[in-house]
Amino acid sequence: MFLGIDAGSTEAKAVVVNINGEVLGMGAYRTWTDFTEAAEKAVALALANAGADMDSVKSAVSTGYGRNIQGLAKCAKTEISCHGAGAFKYFPEPLTVIDIGGQDSKIIKIGAKGELLDFKMNRKCAAGTGAFLEETSRRMGSGIGEMNALAANSTQKVELGSYCTVFSFSEILSLSRKGVKKEDLARAVYVSMVKRIMEMDTFAGKVVITGGAVEFNPVLIEIFKEESGINALVPPSPRFAGALGAALFAIKEYNA
Amino acid sequence: MNRTIKKIESTSDLKKIMAAYYSSLAECDSSKKIAWCSSVGPAELLRAMGFEVFFPENHGAMIGASKKAADYISHANAAGYSPDICSYLTSDIGAFIKKETPMKKAAGLDKVPEPDVLVYCTNQCRDVQDWFSWYARHFDVPIAGVESFRGLGELTRDHVNAVSAQIKNLIPTLEKITHTRFDIDRLRKVVELSQRCSSLWKQVLETAASVPAPLTFFDAAIHMGPAVVLRGTSTACDYYELLLKELKQRVSDGTGAVEQEKYRLYWEGMPIWGAHRDLATLLSSHGAGVVASTYCNSWIFDSLDPQDPFDSMARAYAGLFIARTDSWKENYIAQQVEQFNINGIVFHEAKTCPNNSNSMYAMPKRIKTPSVVINGDLNDLRLFSLEQTQIRLEAFLERLD
Ligand code: SF4
Repeated sequence: MFLGIDAGSTEAKAVVVNINGEVLGMGAYRTWTDFTEAAEKAVALALANAGADMDSVKSAVSTGYGRNIQGLAKCAKTEISCHGAGAFKYFPEPLTVIDIGGQDSKIIKIGAKGELLDFKMNRKCAAGTGAFLEETSRRMGSGIGEMNALAANSTQKVELGSYCTVFSFSEILSLSRKGVKKEDLARAVYVSMVKRIMEMDTFAGKVVITGGAVEFNPVLIEIFKEESGINALVPPSPRFAGALGAALFAIKEYNA
Repeated sequence: MNRTIKKIESTSDLKKIMAAYYSSLAECDSSKKIAWCSSVGPAELLRAMGFEVFFPENHGAMIGASKKAADYISHANAAGYSPDICSYLTSDIGAFIKKETPMKKAAGLDKVPEPDVLVYCTNQCRDVQDWFSWYARHFDVPIAGVESFRGLGELTRDHVNAVSAQIKNLIPTLEKITHTRFDIDRLRKVVELSQRCSSLWKQVLETAASVPAPLTFFDAAIHMGPAVVLRGTSTACDYYELLLKELKQRVSDGTGAVEQEKYRLYWEGMPIWGAHRDLATLLSSHGAGVVASTYCNSWIFDSLDPQDPFDSMARAYAGLFIARTDSWKENYIAQQVEQFNINGIVFHEAKTCPNNSNSMYAMPKRIKTPSVVINGDLNDLRLFSLEQTQIRLEAFLERLD
């Protein structure tokens, strides 16, 4: 068995696969500030889910913000390579992978053989990332699931002009004072995220979206399509794509 | 991975030379006049006319390396300078307002040497002129400059004439300050030394074309100190002869600056002074050597010629990389990629210096060599995140695999 650990900024994810790269188990645990603890919990959950134990793990690879933490795994790979590999597993062709993570968003170009061709990341700012969504929904008094439901019922298009999370919220307040419905404001938050992502790079080949934001906010896919005209694909359990990619690299490591 | 960076032995001489240079400025008696000069301004002329020359950009870089720039920038902001403009300017003026200088630690100096005149060249940007103007007002001393060209394709006779004439026009102003007559033979001598320094510096950098490279950009950006502040003196030439000898020895021993060099990178843009060492360690831990850079190459002045001092200085100053068109720059980088066997290019997009941030104008999309853009700044570390940069660089190396 092979293990991939994505020690992400918001959540640690772990995926267990067999030698053919088939997923046997998955587990996730909120990170807070302790990467090691979250990763260990996620690994335990994934192993239990796969009905396996640590002794059966032949090789492990870590990725994510905490990828270099001692003791997680012998080998570390960046989230860029891992999300690319995770997406390519389900869509084996030239791809543009958009990963919307907790702290950053990435655009990853993958070639016909799954090779990493190029990538872009958001600048040092929460615009277009999960953090932007979390902060605005928190301040709007909605849980993440609620934001998605609200946005799905939006009837009027409104736009947020600002890049900045703090300024965006001031805009939300002033729009709300003007009587704009909560549903339309929620949608505007997602539209802002999609716009920031579309500014990062051009897209080539099929577009695949991974990361926690799409898993919990499927409305993003629809909004992405509306804004870009591109019918984006989503792999199963998109927030585990990085951990899956890491597990696939663990197989490669083992075979090398 | 636990690869180490091999230390350059000549560094102890370098430190002595730089400290002696700063001390000489501090110990200047009133018979010696001090000129402040922009990095590629007419330093040769100033030296030939007997000035001691101080380079605020070198001082700016020292502030950056001290990691204290952010403390100083706020003072310049309060004085009306935006946090979005050159952070050499803002941190240097801020340090002055706060009455601090990194030269204290380097050479025991309490303050920067007071200028008798400030001389700039606009080949690099407009900020340098604004920067110098602040000091000219503060000290109530003359400021003089050479207005050069930007976005140059071919450097024509007309360009050279225009710049050369302005360099000559500085002479009467400078003579009034030094109370001495300009002497062409002294200028020829200084230009000759400057040319020698430039040629030795070029040879130093070219040793890195060997595989493995005996020095990296991170070393070179420090070792170029004498080429910046002492060009036109024999001290600089002597130092580069020593350094060159050491590097040639490394080449013949097959010793690389980075243990088990695996990737050879080109650095485009300014150093990130406050993270210089962190980035050197990070890249070398992956076997990545930055073996060439636009920044260090900017102090190679092939055109200097003692037989033709004014025009050759004009060619050197006006023909600088930073003053060229993008297509000229792209050709130049392509040649470097070839000469130094480069696998990939790191573009440093410095928030407060668009002049040195070619990635802002889509260059990475036009060039053929794989590249990565990192966001940061020369001095303002609030605009830089090591964590964010690390993932970009590591992912880039994974891409090169
Ligand atoms: S070129 Fe850039 S760093 Fe240098 S003085 Fe001008 S603005 Fe500042």
